[in-house]
Amino acid sequence: MPDNFMPTGVDYLRILPEIILTVTGTLIMLMEAMRKQKRTGMFAPVATLGLIAALIAAIAANGSPGVSFNDMLIVDGFATFFRVVVIVVGLLAVFASTEYLRRERSLGGEFYALILFSIVGQSIMSAANELILIFIGLEISSIASYILAGYLRDDKRNNEAALKYFLLGSFATAFLLYGIAWIYGVTGTTNIEEIRRALMLPGAPSLAITAAAAALMFVGFGFKISAVPFQIWAPDVYQGAPAPVAGFLTVGPKAAAFAILLRTYLIAFGPIADRWMPFVWGCALATMIVGNFAAIQQSNIKRMLAYSSIAHAGYVLVAVAANSEIGSSAAMFYLAAYAFTNFGAFAVVAYVARKGEKYTKIDDFAGLAQRQPGIAAMLTIFLLSLIGVPLTGGFFGKFYIFKAALESGLVWLTVLGLLNSAVAAYYYLRVLVVMYMKPPDPSQDALPAAGPALRIAVYGSGIATLLLGIFPSFVLDFAAKAGLK
Amino acid sequence: MTILDFVIFLPLAGFLLLLICPRSIIRQAALVISLIVFAVSLLLLKPYWFASPSGYTFSTNISWIASPSIHYHVGLDGLTLWLVLLTTLLTPICVLISWHHIRHPMKEFFVFLMLLEFGLVGVFVSLDLFLFYVFWELALVPMYFIIGMWGHDRRIYASVKFFLYTMAGSMLMLVAIIYLYNQTGTFDYLEILSRIETGRLVFAPNVQHLLFLAFFVSFAIKVPLFPLHTWLPDAHVEAPAAGSVMLASVMLKMGTYGLIRYCLPLFPDAAHEYAPWIAVLAIIGIIYGALVAMVQPNLKKLVAYSSVSHLGFVVLGIFSFTQQGLDGAVYQMLSHGVSTGALFILVNYMYERRHSLEISAFGGVATPAPNLAIVFLITTLASIGLPMLNNFIGEYLVLQGTAHANFAWTAFAAVGVILSACYMLWLYQRAFYGKASEGVAHHMHDLTAREWIAILPLLALMVWMGTFTQSFLPPISAQNARILEQTQKLKIERVENQKAGGTGTEVARAR
Repeated sequence: MPDNFMPTGVDYLRILPEIILTVTGTLIMLMEAMRKQKRTGMFAPVATLGLIAALIAAIAANGSPGVSFNDMLIVDGFATFFRVVVIVVGLLAVFASTEYLRRERSLGGEFYALILFSIVGQSIMSAANELILIFIGLEISSIASYILAGYLRDDKRNNEAALKYFLLGSFATAFLLYGIAWIYGVTGTTNIEEIRRALMLPGAPSLAITAAAAALMFVGFGFKISAVPFQIWAPDVYQGAPAPVAGFLTVGPKAAAFAILLRTYLIAFGPIADRWMPFVWGCALATMIVGNFAAIQQSNIKRMLAYSSIAHAGYVLVAVAANSEIGSSAAMFYLAAYAFTNFGAFAVVAYVARKGEKYTKIDDFAGLAQRQPGIAAMLTIFLLSLIGVPLTGGFFGKFYIFKAALESGLVWLTVLGLLNSAVAAYYYLRVLVVMYMKPPDPSQDALPAAGPALRIAVYGSGIATLLLGIFPSFVLDFAAKAGLK
Repeated sequence: MTILDFVIFLPLAGFLLLLICPRSIIRQAALVISLIVFAVSLLLLKPYWFASPSGYTFSTNISWIASPSIHYHVGLDGLTLWLVLLTTLLTPICVLISWHHIRHPMKEFFVFLMLLEFGLVGVFVSLDLFLFYVFWELALVPMYFIIGMWGHDRRIYASVKFFLYTMAGSMLMLVAIIYLYNQTGTFDYLEILSRIETGRLVFAPNVQHLLFLAFFVSFAIKVPLFPLHTWLPDAHVEAPAAGSVMLASVMLKMGTYGLIRYCLPLFPDAAHEYAPWIAVLAIIGIIYGALVAMVQPNLKKLVAYSSVSHLGFVVLGIFSFTQQGLDGAVYQMLSHGVSTGALFILVNYMYERRHSLEISAFGGVATPAPNLAIVFLITTLASIGLPMLNNFIGEYLVLQGTAHANFAWTAFAAVGVILSACYMLWLYQRAFYGKASEGVAHHMHDLTAREWIAILPLLALMVWMGTFTQSFLPPISAQNARILEQTQKLKIERVENQKAGGTGTEVARAR
């Protein structure tokens, strides 16, 4: 039993980002409850301030790394990296959503509060060192996400998305919890490091049971990262949810879910890696193939990006399958690059879709290059990054992942993965084709200029995507040092 | 900063400048920038003027990304000197020939053209495998847009096909590059090469074969080698004039350049082993390309298929592993760049007047446009390899080199020379002789001053390259001799190793 239950100052510092986010979220709820009519302008600035404060806190916490609260929480480079990623995603979401919500006449404080609470969960997941805390973080993040997916409550598609997400999500989380129970049963602990030690002991618990428990937990993780065969929900949810929320869901919760997957599998289940590696290998390949080949057939851009996000989860799973320190660094870099790229793409979609998300077909993007050359150029950067063309973050991430995979001897997975990304080029190119090579459809509603907040989100993501491709060292060096050993 | 760095980054600066340049003066700005780049690139000739320095000139090697260790390492040698100059020469010419017919939107075209020049120059001068790959892919993007936005009717199909073919090939190359890095811890071409030369880095035979094939397929798609050529007719025909010129004259050379630079010295054993098969594919390409060119009713398609045939010669020369063969291959690369570039320009002149690419739409053009006819004739003769004009030298050297390697190859390849005379002269006869129809007489006015300016440098080069070979060949030969040495030496060493019963590592240690 631990000898000291009283948290000290440094313990609070290590959980400061979550505290700030929770307080800000609650504050916004209070503001919403007490606001006078039509005073909605304050939510976004308050949320932004909270997020920036949390960002600073996350970086400050990295100054005193270590474990807190009886080893439940760990602050290390890995945790800090993912905390920063999810908080920055939150900032982008706030910037991209305000205009959207105003357009849909649904600007309310609870939207920002939910985004903040969701990030609290993801931030906890990033720093969790223990299965129960992982579960708690996952649930905090998920429940907020379920509501966000159905935020426009009068919209049928939103309702469908939220219900599907909720039902399947809780089902999958039950598997995770069941797996955690098994692990606790055989090892007597829920702490990641201690599970590892227990599995390495000579009298290690039965391999069959541990492997089964790991598999059960993978169902839960696999659902959150939309890995095949647990991806069924993803296209419907990402297509049905409001576009900025869909963008948020494809990057924020996914990055955090990969963080816990990496920590659990590489550390806790590291000793039985030869058991799960072939399985993750197959899962990665299936995820890439299903995602890419399904995306080819889509005519709706949200659905196409949904399948593409499945394929990209497959690429990251390649890094997990590599089961190495550099593999985890590669996954980290990739998820960071992917966060900017994919969120940026969804932000553009949210903008072009116009009121009521009327225009979400790929063909609706015809002539965008003539109407809004700047926005079209940004979407081009995002798509090229998703294809993996050099000088974008997506390329460097992919390069780094497959480098890790080759180092672990996964030659065929690398070859098949890269050929997959050549297939993927086809459907991303289709968007470029309609945007640049087809004339605009004159019967469409007018496309008003994007507001400043949305511009910041889109152009900021675009610049970040390029910077991660041209000068990746800043992020790469951090990720390389922070990889899980 | 060396002059080479300026030649690389001036197009990038031009790209950024054109982005903010007002639309009204975009063409003038593009012309001025590309001429400045060309003028600066002429300074690269200085070390090669009276000498053939061995090794690399204008080298720069600075760290770009610390870990994994990626360097901005560039340098020029006798081989790449001419390819860079060809690129910088053709860019202003492309601006000139696009002067009137590029519209809607005009600005983006010149922006992409500058980006293309940046990528192409970078491909040729990179001495870091990662950097090479970056430029290789980077050149793809502007060309994709140039074909897709300003091409003819089936432009979208052609541009997507072009992109996907190249992408699929380069993915394999990327795997090989990463593999090399994981083995050696460096992307530096010279470092890897020296390790292979000294036997410090030895691949198991099957690994070497796979690596060779990964690079080879990627380059063969770009060349294009039969049967991977099917993207080429589409892309060339559908591209706007400047796109066709850059594609044929420079982008195809990326493939053959890659074969010479990477496939031969890095994987000499595999190269020797696969050479017969590759030679057969090259010969099929020569004859098949020529035969298909003969029956084309479409001017551009004819020239496109003639490229397949000409590039077959280049590949054949490379895999003859002889000094003449390799010299001829490089000379043919440059000659093809000049003469086929000129052909595409002239075809575009005809298209701009008649708005058709069908050969049957012409006939008797020589009457209303005698100057155009003469220029076209000179280019045709250059293309079919008439002595005193450029292509002759390349083809002759290739055939001579191949004869040393395998006489049967020479015999078959020579058929291609005859066939090229057939299809080109027949084309000339159908398009330029005979009685001019009313449409032709009405539309086919003669060359304008701007058109003369665009074509004259290429005409001069055709004659110059055909008569004063010594102005061009010495640096090429010097470089090729080195490449051959690298390719051969290893074979001998390997034999020695086998005799000694040791591995390459031990031999290196003994030294």
